[in-house]
Parts: sequence; structure tokens; C-alpha cells
Amino acid sequence: MGYFDARDIVKQYSNHLALDKVSISVPRGSIYGLLGPNGAGKTTLIRIINQITAPDSGSIMFRGKKLQPEDIAKIGYLPEERGLYKKMKVGEQALYLAQLKGLPRQEALKRLKKWFKKFEIEAWWNKKVEELSKGMQQKVQFIVTVLHEPKLLIFDEPFSGFDPINAALLKKEIHKIRKKGTTIIFSTHDMASVEELCDHITLIDNSRTLIEGPIDKIRNDYSSSRYEIIFEGNVNLLTASLSHYYKIVENQSENGQTKLTVDIMQNIATNDVLQILLQAGQINSFNKVIPSMNDIFIKVVEDANMKEKQPAS
Amino acid sequence: MNKIYLVIKREYLSRVKKKSFIIMTLLAPVFLAGIIIVPAWLMSRETTDVKKIAVVGEGARLFQGKIPSTKSLKFDYLADANPEEMKKDFKEQGYFGVLLISPKVTYIPTAVQLYSQKQPTMEVTSYISNSLEKEIERKKLEAYKINDLDKIMKEVESDVKVQTILISDMGEEKKTSTGLAMGIAYVSGLMIYMLTFIFGAQVMRGVIEEKTSRIVEVLISSVKPFQLMMGKILGIALVGLTQFILWIVLTLVIIGFAQAALLPDMKVNPGQNQVVESIMAGTDEATAEQIQATQPQLNELQSLLQSVKSMNWFLIIGAFIIYFLGGYLLYASLFAAVGSAVDNETDTQQFMMPITIPLLLGLFVSMSAFQNPDSSIVYWCSFIPFTSPMVMMARIPFGVPAWELIVSIVILLLSFLGTAWMAAKIYRTGILMYGKKPTYKEMFKWLRYKNY
Repeated sequence: MGYFDARDIVKQYSNHLALDKVSISVPRGSIYGLLGPNGAGKTTLIRIINQITAPDSGSIMFRGKKLQPEDIAKIGYLPEERGLYKKMKVGEQALYLAQLKGLPRQEALKRLKKWFKKFEIEAWWNKKVEELSKGMQQKVQFIVTVLHEPKLLIFDEPFSGFDPINAALLKKEIHKIRKKGTTIIFSTHDMASVEELCDHITLIDNSRTLIEGPIDKIRNDYSSSRYEIIFEGNVNLLTASLSHYYKIVENQSENGQTKLTVDIMQNIATNDVLQILLQAGQINSFNKVIPSMNDIFIKVVEDANMKEKQPAS
Repeated sequence: MNKIYLVIKREYLSRVKKKSFIIMTLLAPVFLAGIIIVPAWLMSRETTDVKKIAVVGEGARLFQGKIPSTKSLKFDYLADANPEEMKKDFKEQGYFGVLLISPKVTYIPTAVQLYSQKQPTMEVTSYISNSLEKEIERKKLEAYKINDLDKIMKEVESDVKVQTILISDMGEEKKTSTGLAMGIAYVSGLMIYMLTFIFGAQVMRGVIEEKTSRIVEVLISSVKPFQLMMGKILGIALVGLTQFILWIVLTLVIIGFAQAALLPDMKVNPGQNQVVESIMAGTDEATAEQIQATQPQLNELQSLLQSVKSMNWFLIIGAFIIYFLGGYLLYASLFAAVGSAVDNETDTQQFMMPITIPLLLGLFVSMSAFQNPDSSIVYWCSFIPFTSPMVMMARIPFGVPAWELIVSIVILLLSFLGTAWMAAKIYRTGILMYGKKPTYKEMFKWLRYKNY
């Protein structure tokens, strides 16, 4: 049982099924990636976690108990479509949003001053939000989301609209928060940041869970028998004599170095391949190719779409 | 509950601190006080500005002194002057106009002409024609050779004014003024209509603002949509009340100051002044008539003042605040529902129709109420919650039984609970919907979502 468990969540809207028995189990202290193409049902799931909407069926457990309305004070949410009151002053607004989350005014003020100092934005306190750039507004929104030190944080596309410097600053802060023991659910399309941050993921497509689990395990599961070999020596000998051991996917030669990407045939041990390779020349590297999350994402979603189409035809 | 209070506080403070609110709160009383004080001030100035009118023509001798001069009008009888020449240079001689009277006036009503450069007021022309009519009537009566005609004339002269007196159930008698009741009915009906519209539209705009700025999703992860909606509605209600009370207080203050500064002699009634003056000057025939002319005016003013005192202001202002709040709350929740369903203000028009029509209907019925407060349509509309705030306010100055008032208010408040409940269901779904403008059918579906 995880820190946060959603089981068999079903949500039906008038003309489509948004979630069809989706389950997630978020381990304590992890960064949990919620992936999926647009319209997969991620936002609906996040809204259910935040109790903005209620599921038609399914159960939600938070810290071993049924999720309660009071729990919103322990959850922080940074929505994808986020904004602030344009005409309101930055500090005043941050204070208001913090108080809505249940922080007493004085405590909120104290924490805000600290965060504003950390992000070097004290000068903005009395500015109106409309005077700030989009990236600046995002910083304020981030502060407001984490200010009440929630036990569970939900970030929906947190880095969109940030320049690389501020994105790095944000990632640093996210890591810090996680070290303090906060559990984070992280929804994004940016697979690079998933690999960088997440340790568990769920991939949702067409209202259903396609894969779920620790990211290392998933990447291993999806790694095929593909290897990358860099060596110096006779390429032709290698390609000709060993064609029944492996299939060459890619062959690049540069400055006497050759980079081969090969799929090793079934029932053939890598050691056998290595032994033959040793005779062909000087081996500089021999690596198993672990698929990137990007590749897995595309492959899984495409396979699912293929399956979807087949019964119909 | 604590969160609703936070929302109310934000909605209230963010509006009250706005420059536009401060300007409106200060300017409207200046404007309102201006409407009241400027005509009075002008009137008091006009009396010092005497218009001289030259009476010429063959009739000038005939009617010599028969059009008595007043404070603002002076008549010079120039029987020997050439009318054509006078018409050319009356301006140079300091006259406002030339009154040409033909002797034929006794049998041709249009034989009198007033030449002037500026359009004379109704007051001037009717004063002249009244005076001439009186004189001609007298002359015609004289032709019958009746003895003691003057005495008879004095005796037959009469003046009738109907006083309206209300008898309450307890048998108490109260002098009232129909004119005043009509005025109050008209003004309060119109005020409720305007305030409901102004502040209801503010609720709608606020909801749209939260939606388009996309802050709404941040907010409803902290507060329930119903708290957010009610907080906004109640916060703006307080803004409305604040503005209304400030308007009344500031208007009274400004009128008080302006009266002291501009019209130091206002306390002494101008009518009384005139009477005193003419008594001092000795009662010749002309001034005696003048007193007669001003006397009814004086009575009217006094009876108006008396009926102002007799109106139950406590009831009227209390009822106004209750009906303003009730009507506003009822409509504001509808405005909130409309705001939540659309992405921008231009899309609201289609959904505004069902709100505007009952509001307008209420206004029209209340306008007819002050002419006929007991008609059956007025009676029923003062119970229907969508029209009752305006219509009942129009009925109150004419007297409404207590039980009718209570029933109407209870119906209004219950309907508010009903519309708020419905609006909340549309609101909680609408605020998260972007893109396509929903149809009425879809909004109806939102009403029936169980799990929002």
C-alpha cells in the first residue's frame, strides 16, 4: 500500500468516459510521473485527487485513510492552466491564497518573506500581477503552491513557460522539497524531465492505465536485445561472417572508429557475440541500449492504438 | 466558513479600494445633490433678475395696470409708443419683450402677441394670459351692470385642493401626498432595478475574470466552488450596501453645506417673504390678487412638508434595503451561473436574456404601480420573486398590509436559496469548462450531474 492510492477510478462525463478503472499507487517520498498524451485523462485524475471533482466509482486512500475534505490543506496543487488575479498586488495575493490553504496570516507572511528572498523577488511584493512577465508569475505560483508545506504536491506541467535557468532553479527546489519527505506527483509531456526527476510512473492513454511501475524496471522491461558497439578494425569481416548472430540496425564509420547498433538474435548470449567481436578488432565500448522514456512512450501509445483499431477492422 | 469569510473579504476590499469605486462614491452624491440644489439655487437667483416687458398697442390703455408686476416681471404701459418702432429697439430700451394687445382681444383669443429675442418661459406667458383673462371676464360681467360687482367677485372666488388622508386599521389618520408617494415608488423601483443590474453584472464579470485568468483552478483546490461563488456574491452585496449608504450620507451632507453656502435665506420661505412685502406696501387691488396667487402654492409646500414627515421612512428604507438585498442575491446567483458558463463577456448576451426580461418586466410593472397600485398585475407581481423587489417597493408608499409584505419577503428569500442551489451546480461545472460556448441543453445537464 502506497502513501497515496487511487483504485479503479471511473469518471464518466456526459459524452465520454474520462477514466476507466485507473489505479495509481504513489510510494511515500517518491516523485511519481503521470504521463500520457493530451486528452488521456490526466487532468481529470488530478482534479479527482484534489477533490475538485468526484469520481463515479473507485476509492482514494491518503496516508492509509480515506481521502477527506480537510486533506486539501495537506495537498499542494500547481495546475497546468494557472493564473493569478491580474489587478491584485503580488504579496497581497500570495497571502490570500496561503490563507485559503489554512495558514494563519502571520505565519503565511513570515514564510512568504523567506521564499521571496530565496527567489530574489522581494521587489515585486507591491507590484500588480499584470506588470510581471509570465515566467515571473510562474515563480509566484510555485511559491504559493509549496508555501503551506504540503505532504503531497501535484505539479501539472511545472516547467512550461520557464527559461532554462529558472527551470533549473525549480528542479533544485523540487529536489530539496522531496528530500524533506514530501511526496510528489508530476504530470508532464517532457520526457527528459521525467527521466531526470521521477522514480515511478504511470502512463495513461484513452482513459486507461497502459504501464505502471518504477521507472528503472519499465526501462529494462522495454529494452530489447539492442546493443551499441564502438570498435576499430575490419568492418566488412564483422558484418559478413556474423550476420546470423545479429542484425545491424545502424552502421557509422568515422576516423577509423565504427559505431554499430545491432539487435542480437534470440537465444544468443552476449558473451558469444563478444568473443567473435574480440577477434575482429579493438573494442572501445559495448553497451546495452536502454530505451529512453520518449521511445517507450511513443511505442506503448502506438501499440495501444494499433490494438484498438484491430478489433474494429 | 472561515474560507467564505476570506473570500468575502477579498471581494469586498479589492473593489472598495478601486479608484473607480471611490470616484463613483464621491461623484454620484455631488451629482445627486446638484440635481436637488441647483434648480432651487437658480430659482432663488432668478427672482432678483427682473424682466421688463413693454405693453403697447391700442389695448395698452384698455388694460392699463391690469397685468400686475411681480418680483420677476415688470410691466410698463406705453400706450402712446409706436408698436412697430418698439419692436425694433425694445432691446436698447432695456426691455425683455414687447406685449402687443389689440382691443379685439375681448372676442378674439389670439389678439395678443409677445415679441422677444429669447423664448419666454411658460410661467411668463401663462401669467400674462391669466391676468388678461381675469380682466376680460370682469369687463364682460360689468356689462351686465350688476351692483356691488367687486364684492361679489371677491366672494365667488374660490380655491379647491383635495387633501388625501389615509386611515389605518387602527383608525389613525394621516395626511399624505399622492405626488410624494408616486415619487418614492418611482425612484425606489428604478433604484432597485439599476443596483441589481450594476452589482449583478459585477458578479458575472468577477466570475469571468477568475475563469479567463485561470486562477479558478488554483482557488477551487483550496475552497469549495459554492464557497467561492457565495463569497463573491456576498462580498459584492456588501460593496453595494456600502456604496448606497455612503451615497445617502454624502448627499445629505452636501445638500446641507450647499444650502448653507448658496441659499442662506432658504429657511425663510420665499412665498412668505412676498406676502410680508405686499402687506408692508399696503393692500391695493393688485397686490391683494398677488397674495391670492401665491397662497395656494404656500399651502401646497406646507402640506408636502407635512406629508414628508408623515411617510413611514423607517419602513421605506428598511424595506428598500431588504428588497435590494433579496433581489440582488436572487439575480446575482443567476449572473454568477452565466459568468461561469462562458469564456468572455461577449458570449454572455445569449444567456443574459432570461435574466434581463424578468428584471425589465419588474421595472415596467413598478412604473405602472405608482399610477395604479391596486391593479391585479401589480398585486401578483409583488409576490413573484423575480419582480417583487421592484413592484413591492412601488406599492409600499401607498400602504401594504403587513402580512403581504412578510409573505413577499419570505417567498423572495426562499427563491434565493433555490436559485443559489441551482446556480452553484451550473457554476461548479462551468468554471472548469473552456472552449465551446455551452448550449442551454448542456447547462441543463450540468444541473443534474451528481458528482460534479
